Amino acid sequence: MPEPLLDVSGLRVRFGQNVEAVRGVSLAVERGQTHCVVGESGCGKSVSALAVMGLLARGATRSAAHMRFDGQDITNLSERALQALRGDRMAMIFQEPMTSLNPAYTVGSQMAEVLARHRGTPKRQGLDRAAELLAKVGITAPGLRLGQYPHQLSGGLRQRVMIAMALMCDPELLIADEPTTALDVTVQAQILRLLQGLQRELGLAILLITHDLGVVARIAHKVSVMYAGEVVESAPAADLFAAPRHPYTQGLLACVPVPGRIRRGDPLGSIPGTVPRIAPGFVGCGFRDRCGHARPDCAGAIPQRDDGQGHRHLCQRAA
Amino acid sequence: MRFDLRRLSLGLGVVIVAGLAIVAVIAPWITPHDPFLQNLDGRMIPPSWMEGGVPDHLLGTDQLGRDYLSRLIYGTRISMLIGVLVVICSGLIGTTLGVLGGFFGGRVDAVVMFVITCRLSIPFILVALTVVSFVGSSLTVVVMTLGLLLWERFAVVARTTTMQVRTLDYIAAAWAAGCSRTHILLREVLPNILHHLIVVATLEMALAILLEAALSFLGLGVPPPLPSWGLMISEAKDYMFFSPWVIMIPGAALFVLVLGINLLGDGLRDRLGAARDA
Repeated sequence: MPEPLLDVSGLRVRFGQNVEAVRGVSLAVERGQTHCVVGESGCGKSVSALAVMGLLARGATRSAAHMRFDGQDITNLSERALQALRGDRMAMIFQEPMTSLNPAYTVGSQMAEVLARHRGTPKRQGLDRAAELLAKVGITAPGLRLGQYPHQLSGGLRQRVMIAMALMCDPELLIADEPTTALDVTVQAQILRLLQGLQRELGLAILLITHDLGVVARIAHKVSVMYAGEVVESAPAADLFAAPRHPYTQGLLACVPVPGRIRRGDPLGSIPGTVPRIAPGFVGCGFRDRCGHARPDCAGAIPQRDDGQGHRHLCQRAA
Repeated sequence: MRFDLRRLSLGLGVVIVAGLAIVAVIAPWITPHDPFLQNLDGRMIPPSWMEGGVPDHLLGTDQLGRDYLSRLIYGTRISMLIGVLVVICSGLIGTTLGVLGGFFGGRVDAVVMFVITCRLSIPFILVALTVVSFVGSSLTVVVMTLGLLLWERFAVVARTTTMQVRTLDYIAAAWAAGCSRTHILLREVLPNILHHLIVVATLEMALAILLEAALSFLGLGVPPPLPSWGLMISEAKDYMFFSPWVIMIPGAALFVLVLGINLLGDGLRDRLGAARDA
């Protein structure tokens, strides 16, 4: 099996002394594949992505066993070297297309700017490249859009522009932090289809962060389910949906109404309680207070179970 | 289009400021006389429409027989020059401090806030008076004094707006696209707070012009025989009971200019704000 493009192991992020937002997360994103990270808000999925990019806010401290990008360890890379990497070989798109573009510049100049910074490409050629990419992300009349300001575009258009901008330097890895959450459902589907098409065409590796299992089912090759700063289960997508092992994953899937599987009048699943705040030094399963299968040894160290075919989960139960 | 009082006031502001700016620039070509040329035979001639006025001196002459219109026109230059230079100087200082404090936060911000607080506790007029009376009055000294003392509003506005902009998604996106810190400060943050700073600049310019007039009135501003409006009012105050026009004409000019700048500032604030919200 070839080495994954992004290989993160034992990633930890702390905010100050009292909060540990990410506790030993390991992720591997294969070239040309989509790896989805799912979890409810506050589970540390966005923080993990920002930590990989080296974009954590001040006050956050990060440590990791290793973080390899294309074989190179980027854990202790200098800020300058990271800057050269960001936007060039690893690009990121965000949740809020309405505010992710700078209102002071036209679409074209923002896009050309990326290429000028990383490649020193003259503006005119940058604009040509921008027009080409806008067409590729399905924007009609790219020449017109290049001269427009972000406030003249709709949300779906802006997210397409963001994606096109992320692709300016032909990145190998695209980190997408809830790219469809702020969009309405029809536009969501378009954007997901677009991402899939681009992946096939350009061989992009995508790390997609979402709380929407519908998105995961549509696009993911592999899935990591995060809960309270840990990856509680990770598996190939089909496997995860067919046979979820961790009680949290099972609970999550029960919360999603599936036509045909749920009959009219049946109660929709829910998970009681809320996500706990995890302080450093926390031991045991973060889900035990909400889990229907909790037992006394859930407060102790939790074993990592592996079925040998890439399906892992963290639980005392053998599933 | 609906009749809009705000639009009207912006228009009026633009007309006044642009008009006076043009007058200031082309002053040497439109003044009927040399503003420094004294004529002791023709002192205190009233404006031409008053009794005793002559058509040659449209606004009359002052106590040394200098043509009042010419001095008024040259005074526009002084006021405008001081307004612009002071705003550039204080704008640079205030914006730098404010943007740095707002962007970096933490200790940097604490220092910036402390400096702003210190500045706010300096009795402005007294310090200006002291400095000018120590160093001696000249155009440069007045500009420097005002410029070094009038930056706090720039700093406060730049700081708060930078703080707002700093947390926006497009700044995060810029970091993610590999921008350097300098690039983000200058190319991402600054253009997006500029419209606030422009409004502050107009208000500060009006204030600077008034303060220069006040300093000149006290004899500590622009030195004679330069025709500053404040100085003209000051020189005229001895004659105001017999020839009230000598004090009313520069006073009216000052009023119109400051009013124009303030209208411009208010109008710009509404327009730029509206453009952002659209």
